[in-house]
Amino acid sequence: MGSLLKELFAYMSARKKWWLAPILVILVLFGGLLILAQGSAIAPFIYTVF
Amino acid sequence: MRILGISAFYHDSAAALIEDGRIVAAAQEERFTRKKHDPGFPENAIRYCLEEAGAGLDQVDHVAFFEKPFLKFERLLETYLANAPRGFASFRAAMPVWTKEKLFQKSNLVKSLGQFSQSGEIEGKLLFCEHHQSHAASAFYPSPFDEAVVLTMDGVGEWATTSVAIGRGNTLEPVREIHWPHSLGLLYSAFTYYTGFRVNSGEYKIMGLAPYGDPRYAGLIREKLIDIKEDGSFWLDQSYFNYAGGLTMTSPRFHALFGGEPRDPDTLVTQREMDLAASVQKVTEEVVLAMARDLAASYAIPNLCMAGGVALNCVANGKLLRDGSFKEVWVQPAAGDAGGALGAALAAHYDHLGAQRKADGRMDAMSGAYLGPSYGQKEIEKRLKAAGARYQVLSEADLIGAAVEALDDGRAVGWFSGRMEFGPRALGGRSILGDPRNPQMQKTLNLRIKYRESFRPFAPSVLREDVTDYFELNTDSPYMLLVADVQEKRRRKMSAGERALFGIEKLNVPRSDIPAVTHVDYSARVQTVHEQTNPRYHALLTAFKERTGCPVLVNTSFNVRGEPIVCTPEDAFHCFMGTGLDCLVIGNCFLNKQEQDEALARDYKSEFAPD
Repeated sequence: MGSLLKELFAYMSARKKWWLAPILVILVLFGGLLILAQGSAIAPFIYTVF
Repeated sequence: MRILGISAFYHDSAAALIEDGRIVAAAQEERFTRKKHDPGFPENAIRYCLEEAGAGLDQVDHVAFFEKPFLKFERLLETYLANAPRGFASFRAAMPVWTKEKLFQKSNLVKSLGQFSQSGEIEGKLLFCEHHQSHAASAFYPSPFDEAVVLTMDGVGEWATTSVAIGRGNTLEPVREIHWPHSLGLLYSAFTYYTGFRVNSGEYKIMGLAPYGDPRYAGLIREKLIDIKEDGSFWLDQSYFNYAGGLTMTSPRFHALFGGEPRDPDTLVTQREMDLAASVQKVTEEVVLAMARDLAASYAIPNLCMAGGVALNCVANGKLLRDGSFKEVWVQPAAGDAGGALGAALAAHYDHLGAQRKADGRMDAMSGAYLGPSYGQKEIEKRLKAAGARYQVLSEADLIGAAVEALDDGRAVGWFSGRMEFGPRALGGRSILGDPRNPQMQKTLNLRIKYRESFRPFAPSVLREDVTDYFELNTDSPYMLLVADVQEKRRRKMSAGERALFGIEKLNVPRSDIPAVTHVDYSARVQTVHEQTNPRYHALLTAFKERTGCPVLVNTSFNVRGEPIVCTPEDAFHCFMGTGLDCLVIGNCFLNKQEQDEALARDYKSEFAPD
């Protein structure tokens, strides 16, 4: 997790997208909750734009 | 200097290895795992590439990944924000995948690559390349040109959906980009979805279906869905689409515009789907042509290189070549995401490390796309014996003679020879061959061997020296990425009754001297065969010409519907025993179906989910 945060910090510096930081934190936490809620991470069966 | 390129975790995972800029090996993971479009970590493909180079990961200097995960995540977040609260369902589906796996791609890669390294020194070798930079590098660096305009178009990478770069020597300078959600690839995919085919694999079917239809919706597409500017750039009206925030490609507004819900894949394809296919194909061609014309005028460079999924649209490529805005067009044979593995490695070599590059203006650096595994004669015999096959070992001349005789008799021949191809096309390494003069061949191959939809056309392989005698084409097309018309003199005139036929009924009418490879609009997806890159296949075609006067063969990939192209001799033997194939050539082994043990026949058709 530490290295991920370091990488995210480097990415935000490079892209100058600091405004994404709070959203990232909230979304990552929220995503974490969703994992806890549903247990599996399976991409949907359509054009997976992600 | 060795560089390993990896494309993974999306679709069509692959690995490629280059040594001092020379492409040593490249392969898609699906060929090893037998899972079509396998998106997983390409463990088997990497193992193969390292074996081919005779090296371990510790002897590899860099590992280049084909895209930048954080930039993709940024695009996702900004898209969800822009669409909120709409798009929550998509958000809910995407976030677990990202927070569990994709955000940790770097550490996951390091972990997965660990099995190939003794030293464990991996992280310092990792490089990440942008998705379209990978495509552009795969299009330009192996091309024969020293200078070219490089156009890449696909669904979406990080942000870019279309990009233009100028390639000079060992550099690629990006000059134009079109960003998500405006994407020509996704427009095509939206119609693939709407006509009831599977997105990311059914696009070929739309292209094959288009000649049966009338482009009567093209005006509507231009008027409502896409705003095409003079320079070929475009803007999509997102109210008709749902891919940016939802879990489908098209929106209710799209369905209302075209008068109905998407076709249920279990129902029959009708004239309406054919017309929709013809319409989106026409608009796609217009965009590609407009863009090419503007690029040719803006940069005054005679060469064009292309990659990205849209570059696999060989009908559009053929029109682009005939349009003449560029003198030469070169398309990366692995133009889809698998080719990103090769592009990432090449981008690391030239863009990142600044290595020198030499292009001779004639030959490309793809070795005919024969970059996958091959098997020696002893190995083939050992494997066939273990599989229970009954075969004869023939000399080269006898083998070619036997294959030609079978083809002339109207039999379908499995042809497994040398290294496996990299990219979606079989080019005479892992092919099923037939006699193109036989009017029943298209139906036989589609229904008895490939188990696929009867409307799908087959492609011809033709001796390079004879291409103009049969097709309106006078250039190399070694990768089957250009569509050209059959020569007028080879065509058969239609009667009034035949001309009046609609849709798939047209298919049953022989349209030329080589009906099995002539589509209903007289077009053909041509592969020119060259002695330098595939001497054995060239010799087969030459022998077929000597016997029959025809230098053309039907060439389709060695697989059934939904199955990845065969990789090993065992895969080929199993496919042979599970289909209506009559003969099989593997290396110097010749197999006849009648001589095989019937107990080894298998129900192959249901082994693979339809694509």
